[in-house]
Amino acid sequence: MKTTATKRRAVAIARRHEPIWQLHLYVINQTPKSVAALVNLKGICEAHLKGHYQITVIDLAQQPQLAKADQIMAVPTVVRKFPTPLRTMIGTLSNTPSVLAGLDIMQPAA
Amino acid sequence: MTKRIPSPTPTSDRLPKCPSGIKGLDEITGGGLPRGRPTLVCGGAGCGKTLMAAEFLVRGAVQFDEPGVLMAFEETEKELNANVASLGFDLAGLVQRKKIVVDYVHIERSEFEESGEYDLEGLFVRLGHAIDSIGAKRVVLDTLEVLFASLPNEAVLRSELRRLFRWLKEKGVTAVITAERGRESLTRHGLEEYVSDCVILLDHRVNDQIATRHLRVVKYRGALHGTNEFPFLIGEDGISVLPITSLALNHQVSTERIATGIPRLDAMLGGKGFFRGSSILLTGTSGTGKTIISSNFAQAAALRGERVLFFSFEESPNQIIRNMHSIGLRLEPLVKRDLLRFHSARPSLYGLEMHLATMFKEIATYKPHVVIIDPITSLMDLGTDSEGKGMVTRLIDYLKANQVTSLFTSLTQGGKAPQESEAAMSSLMDAWILLQDFEGNGERNRVLYVLKARGMKHSNQIREFLISDHGIDVVDAYIGVSGVLTGSARVAQGDLEKAAVLASQQEAAQLKREVERKRAALERKISDLRSDYESEALELRRIAEQVGTRTFVLGTERVASGLLRQADIKVAAITRSKSKTVKGTS
Repeated sequence: MKTTATKRRAVAIARRHEPIWQLHLYVINQTPKSVAALVNLKGICEAHLKGHYQITVIDLAQQPQLAKADQIMAVPTVVRKFPTPLRTMIGTLSNTPSVLAGLDIMQPAA
Repeated sequence: MTKRIPSPTPTSDRLPKCPSGIKGLDEITGGGLPRGRPTLVCGGAGCGKTLMAAEFLVRGAVQFDEPGVLMAFEETEKELNANVASLGFDLAGLVQRKKIVVDYVHIERSEFEESGEYDLEGLFVRLGHAIDSIGAKRVVLDTLEVLFASLPNEAVLRSELRRLFRWLKEKGVTAVITAERGRESLTRHGLEEYVSDCVILLDHRVNDQIATRHLRVVKYRGALHGTNEFPFLIGEDGISVLPITSLALNHQVSTERIATGIPRLDAMLGGKGFFRGSSILLTGTSGTGKTIISSNFAQAAALRGERVLFFSFEESPNQIIRNMHSIGLRLEPLVKRDLLRFHSARPSLYGLEMHLATMFKEIATYKPHVVIIDPITSLMDLGTDSEGKGMVTRLIDYLKANQVTSLFTSLTQGGKAPQESEAAMSSLMDAWILLQDFEGNGERNRVLYVLKARGMKHSNQIREFLISDHGIDVVDAYIGVSGVLTGSARVAQGDLEKAAVLASQQEAAQLKREVERKRAALERKISDLRSDYESEALELRRIAEQVGTRTFVLGTERVASGLLRQADIKVAAITRSKSKTVKGTS
């Protein structure tokens, strides 16, 4: 789901030695929960990680083998792949403070 | 591997069953676990839940061509491989051959943060994918309860579990779900309310410092099942449940008789020895010669070319061989020819069930004709009376079903009537030989008698037997005024009898001499009489001759006078012939 815009932005950030957050969102089909999770995650990232994040949505209905490989059990699940260590959150991510705490999202430098 | 248990006849009104392949479990459940439904296996820590579940999968894949999925929540694939490898299962190989899929679900609470609604669809997808990838028929979830510890929202979890079990049923897979035993309920988190078709409870108890595992089918919806608690054990080749009542009393019997190795004992048993396939009890206090008689029996069987398995719980094989050598039994060559095999173990080495299972295994691999257990009482002391009897029953049933002749020795305690102390066992035995010590006259002598021998005529005598350089010698019975005579009393009685025989022999000889003498005297008399008669006869003849001569002389005188008196010639002729007759008789 990479867009040329985020790519360009990523390159720009890398040049500035700032980390790009890699977030994987695991969902199954386009259920209301899946949609809500993606919307909430995007909203939080835009608010706190603008320009420093990359969200990959993985539909386990299409790639069921990834459920085992990435140890997914509940959906929706968001996994912070980078920066390490791995952080996992489950649910629709409706509670913003707990998402910020769970994914350990710092306020980026202005 | 175990024998394949035939699945019950598929009738429409009968619950289809899925054979587990676990020894004994299918007998208790009447064919296996409910097919296409989940079964709950619960128990405390270390009671063998995971192993039972794993064996269910492995046997399914190997014996019944039913691939399986193992979803593990506690142990990683590597750990599982190692754990089941100790039971001889090649899990990794089966995974490689696409017979089994192992999916380790790694969850740690610290890594889980929750925010908003979620479900466990991911788990369903994972499981569904694993099932579809190999066409699995069996599923094991070990153990779901980890989820309770890791997932913060129990309400979600419970509804998802309910959905999961419904989903498993729809998938048509036979599932085994393991769960930790709860303090008051069957499982700690009440999983039994979701899995209601079949519940198996495992238990690990310690009695007298010996641990025994037990299995009980708590519930089996829609099927008859054994409700008792059955001991089970985890051996080198998996789990074996030992159903006490698995064998009905319908084994084949043989009319063939086998010798005991002691000819005089055979004679006491209707002249032919024991029936093949019968169970024989040999009881006696210590030092009465139980092991010696057993060894004799073993040697006789091995020399006939039969295989003999000797379970010894008191002596090591070498000790038995050495000791028996001293009485002229040469067991070593038989061991070398593999006609005689010893299995020695201390009774306290492990529990009753483990002993029984090891014995079953030895018997199954060696296939002996004769099994000797010396002594059975050491084993029975390990458990309670009922456990001991249960064990002997199972052992005898097993041996009889295989037409194996079994000899059990039993050590009786002094002071108790042997008939009383063996009450638990004796009714199971076909023949019972009692060995006893007789004390008296400052000596101790061994006697034996046949207390019972089903189906044959047997001696009712108490017989003394001697143990000498050349084995066992049952000697003649001497009955004295006070009962059976043994030892020196018997010898003394023997001497007395010998003396009596000698005396009567002498008497007879004397009589014979007397008769002889009388006959000689008679003969002498006869010859005397004869010589008397002869001398008399001689005398008579002489007289007769004299008479004749006189007549003749008279005749001639008469003729002469007749001539003189003119007598006729006729008279003269008569006289001449008379004189001739007299001459002839002399």
